[in-house]
Amino acid sequence: MIEIKQLYKSFNNVEVLKGINITMNEGKCNLVIGKSGAGKTVLIKCMVGLFEPTKGQILYDERDFVKMSEKQRKQIRLEMGMLFQGNALFDSMTVEDNVRFPLDMFTSMTKKEKTDRVDEVLSRVNLVGAHKKFPSEISGGMMKRVGIARAIVQKPSYLFCDEPNSGLDPITSIVIDELIQEITQDLNITTVINTHDMNSVMGIGDKVIYIHEGAVHWEGTGNEVMTTKDKELDNFVFASKFWKHIKEEQQEENKP
Amino acid sequence: MNFFFHLGRYTLTLFSLFTRPEKAAMYWKELFRQMNLIGVGSVGIISIMTLFIGAVTSVQFAYQLQGNLIPMWYIGIIVRDSLMLELAPTLSALLLAGKVGSNISSELGTMRISEQIDAMKIMGVNTRAYLIGPKILASVLVMPLLIVFGVSFGIFGGLLVALGGTSGFTAAEYIRGLQDPIRDFDTVIMFIKSVSFAFIITSISAYQGFHTTGGVVGVGEASTRAVVYSSIVVIIADFLIAALLL
Repeated sequence: MIEIKQLYKSFNNVEVLKGINITMNEGKCNLVIGKSGAGKTVLIKCMVGLFEPTKGQILYDERDFVKMSEKQRKQIRLEMGMLFQGNALFDSMTVEDNVRFPLDMFTSMTKKEKTDRVDEVLSRVNLVGAHKKFPSEISGGMMKRVGIARAIVQKPSYLFCDEPNSGLDPITSIVIDELIQEITQDLNITTVINTHDMNSVMGIGDKVIYIHEGAVHWEGTGNEVMTTKDKELDNFVFASKFWKHIKEEQQEENKP
Repeated sequence: MNFFFHLGRYTLTLFSLFTRPEKAAMYWKELFRQMNLIGVGSVGIISIMTLFIGAVTSVQFAYQLQGNLIPMWYIGIIVRDSLMLELAPTLSALLLAGKVGSNISSELGTMRISEQIDAMKIMGVNTRAYLIGPKILASVLVMPLLIVFGVSFGIFGGLLVALGGTSGFTAAEYIRGLQDPIRDFDTVIMFIKSVSFAFIITSISAYQGFHTTGGVVGVGEASTRAVVYSSIVVIIADFLIAALLL
């Protein structure tokens, strides 16, 4: 379980995170949503140690990540996997080498064990036959799959996804969402997803956290988002005509 | 203030290289990859440059020695010693600041802006040690070899001029000069310069690339700074080595 308590982060005296308190549900997809500039990316970067919080606690199964030395953090990092918005695949390496990299760097597995594990995760993300291709030779959807494969190759306890659907067409977005949800359930990992995509919110949002101006404004499930009475969240989620229409239809159906 | 900020961060970056590798085999693999990129990848350009530098030096000294009492076989000594002490190490370093320095800086800069360095950090990799350490070590190891190679090609360039027979000295005179004993200290200076320049070029370029900010434009700017700063520092170091050791 991941708990965040009274988390603050400032840049040049501008407070971006203003006392965030969240508990991420274990073995579930926890979606962090909010407008651009609300502080979602800063939050996720604080959680993985790319930014140092100004103050507060980030507890991974009661281990405070903020207070740890870099050496102690390494242990927690081995339990983390992250899918980046731009995939962050290593350009100079093939798909296979990208996925194998964490195993080469941190495990004492034999060559065969590593090959088997790489094959296993690549087939888990439905990416067979792309082992020898370079990132520049594959599509955006395939890159996301490679990113997911690399993130889960060490069997992490926590998976972080920053805008996993960005730059993907709607169909591929749904496929990637479903893949993340399946992996979360199969491996029983705590997944934190930073997204703008309302399809993701409705589709895989076991828990949805709405961040507004650097603070948690609303928490609930994906289904509860549809019936929310919160004006701020309502404005954000139903900003598009499509989702407004869906909500109105649902309200019509629910009328006695 | 800005200068001291960068000097401090550069020093801290270098200190952070001295940590225990997560997996020595991965660092060795990266070291050999870099030795191939920096060393083998630069042989061609160093050969061409030093071949012509040796040829030009011999032509110009032959011109200056004409009508003098100094025997023409001195050209062999002059070409060899000037290549060893100054021309091969310094000009190769300036050339490599452009080729290797910009390459290192843009590679690391691109990795920075595309979050590849962040990805490694989240995995638990000591990114400075893994990405910068092997590059510096590889260049320090291969640069002296490149310079020896360059000196040889430069001397060969002078010989080609002599064989051409139009510059007023013969191949026999040139070889006679080359056979004059080499001072051991000259060889030491050549290696000191090679190692120092290699360190300067790769460490400054890696520092610039690693701390790139500002997207694609930032990568270009970091690459330019890498070439300019490392070239200036190479020239200053060249003077200091000469002034202190010769």
